[in-house]
Amino acid sequence: MTRSPPLPTADAGDAPARLSLTELIYSKGFRSALYQVLLALLVVAAGYYLYSNVTANLRSQNIATGFGFLGQVAQFQIGQTAIEYSPTDTYARALMVGLVNTLFVSICGIVLATLVGFTVGISRVSGNWLLMKVATGYVEVVRNVPVVLQVIFFAVVLRNLPVVREAIDLFGFGMLSNRGLSIAVPEAHPVHGWMLAGLAAGIVLAVLFSMWARRRRDATGQHLETLWINLALIFGIPAIVWLVGGAPTEMSFPALQGFRIAGGLTMSPEFAALLIGISTYSSGFIAEIVRAGIQATPKGQIEAAKSIGLRPRFVMSHIILPQALRVIVPPLTSQYVNVMKNSSIAVVIGYPDLVSIGNTMMNQTGQAVEAIALMMLVYLTISLATSGLMNLYNRAVAIKER
Amino acid sequence: MTTDISSRLTQADDQAPVDDSTLLQWMHKNLFSNVWQTVLTVAVGYALLYFGWRFLDWAVLRAVWVASDPALCSVPGAGACWAVIVEKHRPMLFGLYPYDEHWRMVLFIGLYLGTVIVSLTPAFWNFRFLVPLWIIVFVALCVLIWGGMFGLRYVPTSEWGGLPLTIIMFSGTVLFGLPVAVFLALGRRSPLPVARGVSVVFIESLRGVPLITILFVAVSIFPLFLPPGVEVNKLLRVTIGVAIFFACYQAEVIRGGLQAVPRGQYEAADSLNMTYWQTTRRIILPQAIRIALPAITNHIIAAMKNTSFVIIIGLFDILTATTAVMADPLWSRFYIEAYMFVAFIYFIFGYALSLYARQVEKWTASGHN
Repeated sequence: MTRSPPLPTADAGDAPARLSLTELIYSKGFRSALYQVLLALLVVAAGYYLYSNVTANLRSQNIATGFGFLGQVAQFQIGQTAIEYSPTDTYARALMVGLVNTLFVSICGIVLATLVGFTVGISRVSGNWLLMKVATGYVEVVRNVPVVLQVIFFAVVLRNLPVVREAIDLFGFGMLSNRGLSIAVPEAHPVHGWMLAGLAAGIVLAVLFSMWARRRRDATGQHLETLWINLALIFGIPAIVWLVGGAPTEMSFPALQGFRIAGGLTMSPEFAALLIGISTYSSGFIAEIVRAGIQATPKGQIEAAKSIGLRPRFVMSHIILPQALRVIVPPLTSQYVNVMKNSSIAVVIGYPDLVSIGNTMMNQTGQAVEAIALMMLVYLTISLATSGLMNLYNRAVAIKER
Repeated sequence: MTTDISSRLTQADDQAPVDDSTLLQWMHKNLFSNVWQTVLTVAVGYALLYFGWRFLDWAVLRAVWVASDPALCSVPGAGACWAVIVEKHRPMLFGLYPYDEHWRMVLFIGLYLGTVIVSLTPAFWNFRFLVPLWIIVFVALCVLIWGGMFGLRYVPTSEWGGLPLTIIMFSGTVLFGLPVAVFLALGRRSPLPVARGVSVVFIESLRGVPLITILFVAVSIFPLFLPPGVEVNKLLRVTIGVAIFFACYQAEVIRGGLQAVPRGQYEAADSLNMTYWQTTRRIILPQAIRIALPAITNHIIAAMKNTSFVIIIGLFDILTATTAVMADPLWSRFYIEAYMFVAFIYFIFGYALSLYARQVEKWTASGHN
């Protein structure tokens, strides 16, 4: 903990009336107050100086100020839009498109990086020497090559793939060309919506069932194995919905149609390159976080748990995981925020994320201060919200010291 | 069995057990301990051999090492075209720097790396030697890259590029960023509420935004902050921006170190009536930095990788220079080789730094745990 702040010194309390000027000047309380006032004045003066320079410069360069430009028509095309957009929409709308794209690629990147990172991280502590060495090599390489270089590399690789006519066939289920990766997806069918609802219902039921099982165990001491029942609930209900709905198996395959690919789901090369680049880079860091978390549980605790006859899965879920998660989750969240911040590299390869649309806007309107401030504000909000949630979590799982 | 058990225990404790297992025993334990492990080993080993062989075949056996004409690389069956690096290494490594003056950049890199290696060697850890050395080397490096004296041609910063530019931005970031980081960390742990508040707001708001936005600020907004007529060089602006970004991350790491210094150390210093700055400089910071050293190194390596972000604002570091070279239609097909070369350079520096940091941890480890 911090040192307690220097209070107005003890002798000041003894004889406040007879405090001479020298004593006052040399007292700790006076000193700290003085330093703080000076610092505050310095900050305010610097802020005012910079502000006045900015306004003077903007006026002399005839640059408009204020956020009025957000309502103007954007007049530029955006290659990929997840929400509706046309060049006649406003700048505000264009920024929204960018924000949605940023969030979309970030979430995909987080999922991918987590999957790869956990696999590699667990391999790093594997008893298998060969696997451990391969995982270590992977981590060292992806962590030591700049993420910008990785994104550019994948972008160039994808751009140099064969043209659509000579697309690489992926066992009939996908096509890889310089227009991106196209994969087969199930043909749209009303049953899919119901399956999603079934999945949600399954998850809710599984959670309720686990809570009931735990309460029963606390009350009666009888342990109930919930894993398989939970899995059956989560995956069984959508499967039953699918069967009841007539079990549609129609797939939409990507196929060559003239100079383009029709059918299936196509990922643009820019999106794919950005996604692969940022998630590969982060997976190396996540692997190290996971390794540190697993190694954080002392071996003696696992042996102790086994020696009192706990089942292996119970050891995992009640001894190892709670301690490992306490170590893993905080750095993992900051890694997730890093994935989002790294997605701004999109501007290098031309994926229309928040920063690259903000950049276009800045060039068109010339209002750099407002455009950059907006971008920073959006990222800052997301980061601060995440770390706020993180602090709540930390408080909840902190070791309770009594 | 007659000897005192406690004395035998301490004896065994003193010496590490000797590993006398044979190779076969080792393989049984680490590769083939059960069916599942055996399957895993075979699968991983097969994939490793298969892809390793494919890579070796492409990168070494069938590779074209020297070819002045890119057509020689395109003959059927040719593997990697390392000739692209032989042909293009100068624009890749030195960017826009005038071609005839490249020898100066070779000297620059050699002098810099040599001095860094000397400074990292414990035998030379002596301020009376290192400080004058760095002052002389710094002046020599400036003369080499700037020119304008001793008959060397003057080269403006807008023509600097490649690896020297990466080195300059990296060194500037660390040199300027580390002291700022220490002050920010102290500010955040300060007993003065105003200092704490200023540091927290500064650190958290910069850590919350991507580096790209900081670069935009350095390029587009920083000039507006200055009174009309005053200009600051773009390279300097960008380096300051990256350094402040670096300092905010580093400050959090150092703060972690400060928090880990036992409270008794503060109290002991207080009881000796040491002032705040005496306590901080002589008691707290040395311990805090030793504790935080692994994380500090990680951020220094990150600072090196982060210099590559300047491609966005058009500074010609090694990555930007390589991307520009790859625009040459004759050689652009061999982009994999070119980018692998650049990645290799970053990897060597980053990996060497992290190995060195592990070594330093061993050297500075104090007697107790």
